[in-house]
Amino acid sequence: MNMKIQMKLVLISAVLIFIPLTSIADSWFGKANKGVAPVNNKLYATECSACHYAYQPGLLPARSWKKIMNNLENHFGENAELSKEDTQELTQYAIDNAADKSSHKRSIKINRSISKNEIPLRITEVGYIKRKHRELSKRHLVDNPDVKNLNRCEVCHTRINNGSFSEREINIPGYGRWED
Amino acid sequence: MKKLWFIMFISIANFIGPVSLANEINNQLKTYQAQGAGEFSASRGEKMWHKNYPDPKKSDKQRNCGVCHTDNLKSKGKHARTGKVIPPLAPSVNSERFSDKKFIEKWFKRNCKWVVGRECTAQEKGDFLVYLRDK
Repeated sequence: MNMKIQMKLVLISAVLIFIPLTSIADSWFGKANKGVAPVNNKLYATECSACHYAYQPGLLPARSWKKIMNNLENHFGENAELSKEDTQELTQYAIDNAADKSSHKRSIKINRSISKNEIPLRITEVGYIKRKHRELSKRHLVDNPDVKNLNRCEVCHTRINNGSFSEREINIPGYGRWED
Repeated sequence: MKKLWFIMFISIANFIGPVSLANEINNQLKTYQAQGAGEFSASRGEKMWHKNYPDPKKSDKQRNCGVCHTDNLKSKGKHARTGKVIPPLAPSVNSERFSDKKFIEKWFKRNCKWVVGRECTAQEKGDFLVYLRDK
């Protein structure tokens, strides 16, 4: 084999080895896959946030999303029906990016904390999330005039739009930063 | 020259803007007529807007459009349960209203089911849009 081709082969294989290594490194050192994946579907963002924060699909497993999206007519007591096509697109998006399909750190932890026969319909029913909020009391949340409802994650999680739920970014209205 | 084109574009857009908004309501009215609706009546629309319907969950309570939208079409509303702020319905104070066909149908479907307990007919939706059109 001539030298030139040999050199090329070495270069190509070096690149081929390097690509998977960087992605492994990213997931090990949490660079790319911290938190949950941010929402990147425009229809999802618009339709869901018409009434509440557009919770990232990575906060619940696929079976939960399936059940939720199959019952939009009675969506926690409200009618949230969409056209057939939109329902289909959003269901697919939620399922494809659900916690059990994600390589993001928090999604993995969320998924691990749910037993296989469980289908949580509320994010507040997820074991991992319940545990993480255990030390909070009513005065921080439902009795806090600036929070009021547990469905308003975005009030305290200041960088939630980036899919980030890091502790140092928490700011509870009236209480400030949260430290364990 | 470029500037001139720009000015022309803006002035044409300004002219077309409000017209196309009214057209969306008119297009919807045509659709409803194609679905079997007859002449539309603003007063019928108004009556329905104020009408009380039984609350299927609480026998001592009633539901009407104003529960979330308030009685004043020009003022902001507030979702009865979630507290979400709802922009005014009257096109005169909210030019974005009734500019999107999909949006109109989506909320008719949801809200008619909540207030009336069923989907509204093409006739009812048309009556309502005619009532709202000039508000």
